[in-house]
Amino acid sequence: MSIHVTDINKQFGAFRALDNVSLDIPSGQLVALLGPSGCGKTTLLRIIAGLEYADSGRILLDGEDASDRHVRERQVGFVFQHYALFRHMTVFDNVAFGLRVRPKKFRPAEAEIRKRVTRLLDLVQLGWLADRYPSQLSGGQRQRIALARALAVEPKVLLLDEPFGALDAKVRKELRRWLRQLHDEIHVTSVFVTHDQEEALEVSDRVVVINKGKVEQVGTPEEVYDNPATPFVASFLGSVNLFHGRVDGAHLHVGEHALHVGHDHNVTDQAIAFVRPHEFDLLPVDSPEGGLPARILRVISVGPTAQVELARLDGELVEVTISRDALSVLGLREGDNVSLRPRTIRVFQGERLAA
Amino acid sequence: MSASIALQPGALARYETPSTSEPAWIKVTLITVALTFFVIFLLFPLGTVFVQALSKGWGVYLSALTSHDALAAIKLTLITAAIAVPLNVVFGVSAAWAIAKFEFPGKRFLITLIDLPFSISPVVSGLIYVLIFGAQGWFGPWLAEHDIKILFAVPGIVLATIFVTFPFVARELIPLMEAQGAEEEEAAVVLGASGWQVFWHTTLPNIKWGLLYGVILCNARAMGEFGAVSVVSGHIRGLTNTMPLHVEILYNEYNYAAAFAVASLLALLAIVTLGLKTLVERQTRKQISESQKPSES
Amino acid sequence: MASFKNFSPLPGFRLSLGYTLFYLTLIVLIPLSAVVTNTVGMGWEAFWSAVTEPRVVATYKLTFGASLLAAAVNVVFGLIFAWVLVRYRFPGKGLVDALVDLPFALPTAVAGIALATIYAPNGPIGSLLAPWGIEIAYNPNGVLIALIFIGLPFVVRTVQPVLADLEKDVEEAAAGLGASRWQTFLKIILPHVTPALLTGFAMAFARAVGEYGSVIFIAGNMPMVSEITPLMIITKLEQYDYRGATAIASVMLLISFILLLVINGLQGWMQGRYTKGA
Repeated sequence: MSIHVTDINKQFGAFRALDNVSLDIPSGQLVALLGPSGCGKTTLLRIIAGLEYADSGRILLDGEDASDRHVRERQVGFVFQHYALFRHMTVFDNVAFGLRVRPKKFRPAEAEIRKRVTRLLDLVQLGWLADRYPSQLSGGQRQRIALARALAVEPKVLLLDEPFGALDAKVRKELRRWLRQLHDEIHVTSVFVTHDQEEALEVSDRVVVINKGKVEQVGTPEEVYDNPATPFVASFLGSVNLFHGRVDGAHLHVGEHALHVGHDHNVTDQAIAFVRPHEFDLLPVDSPEGGLPARILRVISVGPTAQVELARLDGELVEVTISRDALSVLGLREGDNVSLRPRTIRVFQGERLAA
Repeated sequence: MSASIALQPGALARYETPSTSEPAWIKVTLITVALTFFVIFLLFPLGTVFVQALSKGWGVYLSALTSHDALAAIKLTLITAAIAVPLNVVFGVSAAWAIAKFEFPGKRFLITLIDLPFSISPVVSGLIYVLIFGAQGWFGPWLAEHDIKILFAVPGIVLATIFVTFPFVARELIPLMEAQGAEEEEAAVVLGASGWQVFWHTTLPNIKWGLLYGVILCNARAMGEFGAVSVVSGHIRGLTNTMPLHVEILYNEYNYAAAFAVASLLALLAIVTLGLKTLVERQTRKQISESQKPSES
Repeated sequence: MASFKNFSPLPGFRLSLGYTLFYLTLIVLIPLSAVVTNTVGMGWEAFWSAVTEPRVVATYKLTFGASLLAAAVNVVFGLIFAWVLVRYRFPGKGLVDALVDLPFALPTAVAGIALATIYAPNGPIGSLLAPWGIEIAYNPNGVLIALIFIGLPFVVRTVQPVLADLEKDVEEAAAGLGASRWQTFLKIILPHVTPALLTGFAMAFARAVGEYGSVIFIAGNMPMVSEITPLMIITKLEQYDYRGATAIASVMLLISFILLLVINGLQGWMQGRYTKGA
């Protein structure tokens, strides 16, 4: 089922949680709503679910206007950040809840319920926990039971609020992969909220980056990472180095040094440029290709790559990641002076700068 | 009046999402039922006390309060509370310290024993002192021989009051101090504080509101106790009548205005107690929300 | 006692525990043992005839019947009170919240004479009911009214925090899975507050069984009709029948112990239920 969100506004007192948000989510995709905490992503998810009503705007589910529909009638599955399992019920009863509260006419027979719950518990690989209570489960297990419970009512849309937020790092990584596999199996349109960019990039088909109640960019993980539409997206997805300067033709002037940035830029006094740590080459100081002079402060070479911390002449810090092989070929050490040359550089100016 | 609303807007707003609220008619019905019950069962009796007290005018009211017997009853009530409350405060703090800061076997059982006076009928609480100090009691003959009066005298009233107010301070402090754990005290010890310093500078500031709350409740019960005191007092006017007993005597003599006049003082005490309690709760809530702030941001 | 440790860096364990045990023994345990020794001393037959005297048996029936009924009424209205206080806003809410504890704070004798005045046939409520043939004061109805008054805060104050603790997302989850509001109440909210309701019930009942001051003024205290058990003890004492008083007191003590154990058990259940994260 597709989801269309049009011109949603939501205000909490003086706080503007969502500011004219529009969004299309095609059927069958796994989409991440990504943004810092307080950006409005959870509010948007709750409005799609019907747990919150928007002040204005429409929610279309499968082309039908569902804005005024109660959460009961939206046929959405919602997985809460803290799972919201019913703690006085067994795992089995939790998963069966949605089927058992149906009006008599639509309620499956108890044997059918049993079959479906068992199948779901097998799907989340926790059939052996059916008779336990939520308090006897680990965090990861609770998360999977919450998911099974949401799926039991055969929702057309699955909504997950920070699904891995409360788990420790190792379990989180496992569950991420598992969620992706599960989605590939059942193909229900899914939206999940996260503030973890790595999670969003790894799991989803599409990423919606939200900041201060507005959608900054929508795209595949590659698109938003490689071609960020706004400075916010560039800085929120992965680490970046920031340069302020003046654009003049094909060059960005940072202090008295110029960096080549390509042609389609207006002449302006105020521009911001982003370069990711792995997009630098480290060259000898007097290299003919030019670049920014900097001094190596620290080298951390653990694992396959080395992180190099440098200081520009004006004291600003720059972070660079290069392979350890390259580092040893160059023979660089702490205290050496080098020239920094970006291979890729993203320049934001004018309107996009303000975004 | 709407203070508690202003205090916790967030707590209320939580319930105002469309999926977790009831239709308006249900809300209105439930609020009406609760308010009706409140007016009939709580507000009305409280109001009656003051209306009846003043039914014959201020003159009668004041003379009822300033009569010799009334003043003696007030004095005895104050003396009783002044002895019982501090004793139970010392006990409460000491019991809470032992129970909350240390582990030892039989702890839960000890807590149950401390709660015991709370679940015993006040009449039985009075009776036990009759069995001990009465003419046929354990020490009765010996006391009579030495001409010491405990039963039907002030010491009996004080003892019975201590008994019925025994758990109040302890049961406020134990859960509070258990929740706070022993970490801060251990830190103080590591920094070189002595036992009393640990208590004064670390524990007391943390429990002061709970302690105050316990003292308020303990005092209210000490001044208002009726059943237990009634058994041991002997009802000697001007000598062994506390305020509640004086109220009873006046009422049984059909001297309603005077009975309610003295009762109005006790009702005022109850109102002050509830006011202080609300204040203390507000303080503790503030303390809790302040201590949680750093972890939230 | 898995975490029993003999050593703690904190001082004062011996002093505080020693004083606690000393004071507890002196003030509570020794005096209470007087009831036990006196009861044992009187012999089985004297005891049995004292506690099964018809007039005494009539007081048990009234005391327990009225206490059960009052506690049941308090469960219903206590839940409504707690619900309204936790979930709704309305004018006067702060006052209601503060005055719910009035029965704790108001001396029982004061409550007793106020209730008796209100419900007397010529009192403000009693005179309204009299034309309908309903009499409250000076009969068992009066006992019930007084016990409802005295027990209300127990249910409200045990249910209120538990209701406030119920996470909103649990109710949202139920709604999201298709449950109606009524189903959510029956299947999610009610089971959540049931231990608290039972605890409140037991506490209100325990208090009501022993209650004296607020009852005797409104009860009328007619033998075989409207006498409560605590009054019976006083009556026996006034007749210098110390044995009879002690025997009845020991029955009441036993019941208090049992109720205390039940309440402790319920509270243990509550803690287990509410502190386990889910």
